[in-house]
Amino acid sequence: MIEGILIGLETALSLKNLMMVMIGCFAGTIIGMLPGLGPMTAIALMIPITYGFEPSTGLILMAGVYYGAVFGGSTSSILINAPGIPGTVATSFDGYPMAQQGKAGKALAIAAYSSFAGGTIAAIFLLIAAPSLSKVSLAFRSPDYFGLMILGLTAVSAFSAKGHFLKAMMMVVLGLMLASVGQDTLSDIPRFTFQNMNLSDGISFVLIVMATFAMSEALTIIFRGKDPSRASKQISLSQLGSIKLDKIETKKMIKTIPRSSVLGFIIGVLPGAGSTIASFLAYGMERNFVNDEEKQKFGKGSVNGLAAPETANNAACSGSFVPLLTLGIPGSGTTAVMLGALLGFGIQPGPRLYQTNPEIFWSVIMSMYIGMVILLILNLPLIPYIARVLATPRTFLIPLILFFSVTGIYLMSFNNFDIYMMIGIAVVATVLRLYDFPMPPLILAFVLGGLMEENLRRSLLISDGSWAFLWDRPLTLIIMVTIILIVGWQIYKSFFKSQTK
Amino acid sequence: MKITPSKIISLLFFVFSGLYLYTAYQIQVFAFDEKAPFNAKTFPIYLGYAGLILSALYIILPETKPTNVNLRVLDYKKSIFLVVLMVLYGITILRAGYFLSTSIFLVLSYIVLGERRWLWIFIMSFPFIAIFMYLLHGLLNIYLRDPFLKFLGIMG
Repeated sequence: MIEGILIGLETALSLKNLMMVMIGCFAGTIIGMLPGLGPMTAIALMIPITYGFEPSTGLILMAGVYYGAVFGGSTSSILINAPGIPGTVATSFDGYPMAQQGKAGKALAIAAYSSFAGGTIAAIFLLIAAPSLSKVSLAFRSPDYFGLMILGLTAVSAFSAKGHFLKAMMMVVLGLMLASVGQDTLSDIPRFTFQNMNLSDGISFVLIVMATFAMSEALTIIFRGKDPSRASKQISLSQLGSIKLDKIETKKMIKTIPRSSVLGFIIGVLPGAGSTIASFLAYGMERNFVNDEEKQKFGKGSVNGLAAPETANNAACSGSFVPLLTLGIPGSGTTAVMLGALLGFGIQPGPRLYQTNPEIFWSVIMSMYIGMVILLILNLPLIPYIARVLATPRTFLIPLILFFSVTGIYLMSFNNFDIYMMIGIAVVATVLRLYDFPMPPLILAFVLGGLMEENLRRSLLISDGSWAFLWDRPLTLIIMVTIILIVGWQIYKSFFKSQTK
Repeated sequence: MKITPSKIISLLFFVFSGLYLYTAYQIQVFAFDEKAPFNAKTFPIYLGYAGLILSALYIILPETKPTNVNLRVLDYKKSIFLVVLMVLYGITILRAGYFLSTSIFLVLSYIVLGERRWLWIFIMSFPFIAIFMYLLHGLLNIYLRDPFLKFLGIMG
């Protein structure tokens, strides 16, 4: 393991890769800060740029973008009460009141230190957990993988769209349907291509991500432009105040950080749960831990109330890499985008990545940590300047996002068909989002579609067409029971519980 | 049963799944694969049925958390204009070249969205794209096809 860490450090600390982490953190912070644009959009916009790079460099850039975007999301939550991503909603509960009290600088510092500490503790957990889990996951067989993929999709559907489980499941099926377009991997038989050569290789992953996130996000902002509830708030950047923390505040944070980190990491590892649930749970847990006097401050600018979700949020981000790196199965929409990018580089994440490409495995883990250090020493002092991005007029911002999206696809294929298809998918996605049909389950299903079919094929061929493979092995049986429990709970919650109310 | 936009979308998805399932059954597989436990059309067939079942469930079951969208506050005009501009951008990008089509797309988009600061409109279009192209083509060595600049002799 030490050897691996050294390889990872050597790769991550090369001048080129260090530059990439810095650029990634910086670009991610700016994009993540813009309300409505989260890490998925930020990473999606970066994918075309990474094509010319080595896989490790490309991934390091994307890891930097990821952390930068999460930090950027916290910044907009604190400064204008407009969380860039759902994971930073809990941050605004106490961050925004602090900013209103003229302590915005302090709130940003607490967010940055908590994120750093949470990320650091989680990175250590990841360092220990990932290699051990990689070894364990070598025992996984096709039926287990197939079950795990269904579990991931079900969990993401259950958690990403609160109260809209059926809508999310429809998006899963739509994502799998889109993934089935193109030649069958084994027999090369064309499927759903309608004799169009442009579809024979299937629909590009970048196209789907750009269309459903970057482009539809931009269109949604314009579409809902007249909605008064979505009007952007202005912030006075001169009122940020000091970023220095006093002893009492530091003491409060020291108590909060370890428990929130552990909770965040565990939640992050679970498929589908992710940073949003981690941050809310940490906020709730912290409220139970503090004394009555501090409890009264929650929602009015409590240090604990801000530090807890920020710590858990970042710890969950690191935790979400565990299933991706060890099993090759992403547990969230953002790691699904990362998986798509990895596959684009010709790398198949999973238990063997640790052995076949140790430099990638370790450099990603190490670059996450370096990214957090950079966020702390570079982005925090620069926040008053970076925050000016929040004042960028939409009249410039939206066309630039659309232009980046089209350029991304144009650079890949130099063909009009892909551009038209992207516009079409973006328009459909915009309407779907308007009515709460969530997009992360679609992306996750699109990325997993090929792998899922492959594992189902193997399982069915081995069991000679019998579905008994779903309960033959104890591990598969446990996974299937978990899926049934999640689906059952969702049905109970959606229909029976609401009818009782 | 109350007809809501979400239910209409689900109905459209039901029809789409039906068409998908029909097309899945039409996939030609090799003769020796016809009776195999798994062939090229097995997975799509399962997906077609899954789509039909889920959308039917949504249509039949009562909506526990309906999504209310105030259609009056939506900005249709600007959104449609932008989509049309993107389509035109897609049509011209190969013919007029990347530089010209992108710059014109940006200028028109800024204007459609209500921007009237002409100096900024200019800076954020033609010079911005020139710098962007230099970064991609000159520094990152990413090929950009541009017949217009080639015609002017600026790009190889």
